[in-house]
Amino acid sequence: MQIFINGKLKQLDGENMTISALVLTLNLTGKRLAVEKNGEIVPRSLFLETKLRDGDKLEIIGAVGGG
Amino acid sequence: MNEHLIIAGKAYHSRLLVGTGKYKDFTETRAAIDASGAQIVTVAIRRVNIGQTAGEPSLLEYLPPEEFTYLPNTAGCYSADDAVRTLRLARELLDGHKLVKLEVLGDPKTLYPNVIETIAAAKVLVKDGFDVMVYTSDDPIIAKQLEEIGCCAVMPLASLIGSGMGILNPWNLQIIIENAKIPVLVDAGVGCAGDAAIAMELGCDGVLMNTAIAAARDPIMMAGAMKKAIEAGRESFLAGRMPKKLYSASPSSPTSGMIG
Repeated sequence: MQIFINGKLKQLDGENMTISALVLTLNLTGKRLAVEKNGEIVPRSLFLETKLRDGDKLEIIGAVGGG
Repeated sequence: MNEHLIIAGKAYHSRLLVGTGKYKDFTETRAAIDASGAQIVTVAIRRVNIGQTAGEPSLLEYLPPEEFTYLPNTAGCYSADDAVRTLRLARELLDGHKLVKLEVLGDPKTLYPNVIETIAAAKVLVKDGFDVMVYTSDDPIIAKQLEEIGCCAVMPLASLIGSGMGILNPWNLQIIIENAKIPVLVDAGVGCAGDAAIAMELGCDGVLMNTAIAAARDPIMMAGAMKKAIEAGRESFLAGRMPKKLYSASPSSPTSGMIG
């Protein structure tokens, strides 16, 4: 399936991947991050059970240096 | 001196708030923040780097949340909607953290704030339960309106973000301070320790800065200078300055007992 992550189209193997599995795939495990799916925030507690669908738009954000 | 800056019900002994951008690396960031004595540090909210290698260091590892109060900002947002969206994500990122810095910009060239969008965003965020420290222009009417909306601190600019031009309109800041019942912090434009001291002498409750420290030749030494300037300026304000006179017929040394 294809989803958009941070504005970029990404091809993922298999259907029904969860956000947890995606985080692992992206080497982001253990990082403090927040996820928005199709404009709605997905609480971290729901990463394990939230499945992705073809065409989903994800924003994955973190904290960086800024003033 | 045993007096604290109170923001949203929490007491801070440091009146210097610092940004975490523009440093050479995270080690320098941490060393400068330690030298500044700041307890509140701003962070920006951005898309994570997809395709990073596992174990890449992150800012938050260098500034643990147990040691610092984070102030997630909306830097780079040009609309109320973008700012609100960013801070809701920040709240999720930081486990329900409510204290935020709202800034909505109006122009990419000058980074001048758009106060109309700022007011719109402030209304939504306050209603949504955020403690909003709000960056704004030095317009006293807008500052008062932001207070009335329910912001927990108002943060007028001294001059434009990253300009280092210092305090361009001390008179407006003075009016804002006189009218405010919430903390007033100068945010943006401070260039050197003298500027920070002047802001505090005007009666500001604190100063937020980033570039003045990060872009100094020696950021760590400048961070220490800023800490002292904030403390000196605060004490100078509390002590109450002598009145200004064009000249004085009252010399500091006795006029009697002269030799000869």
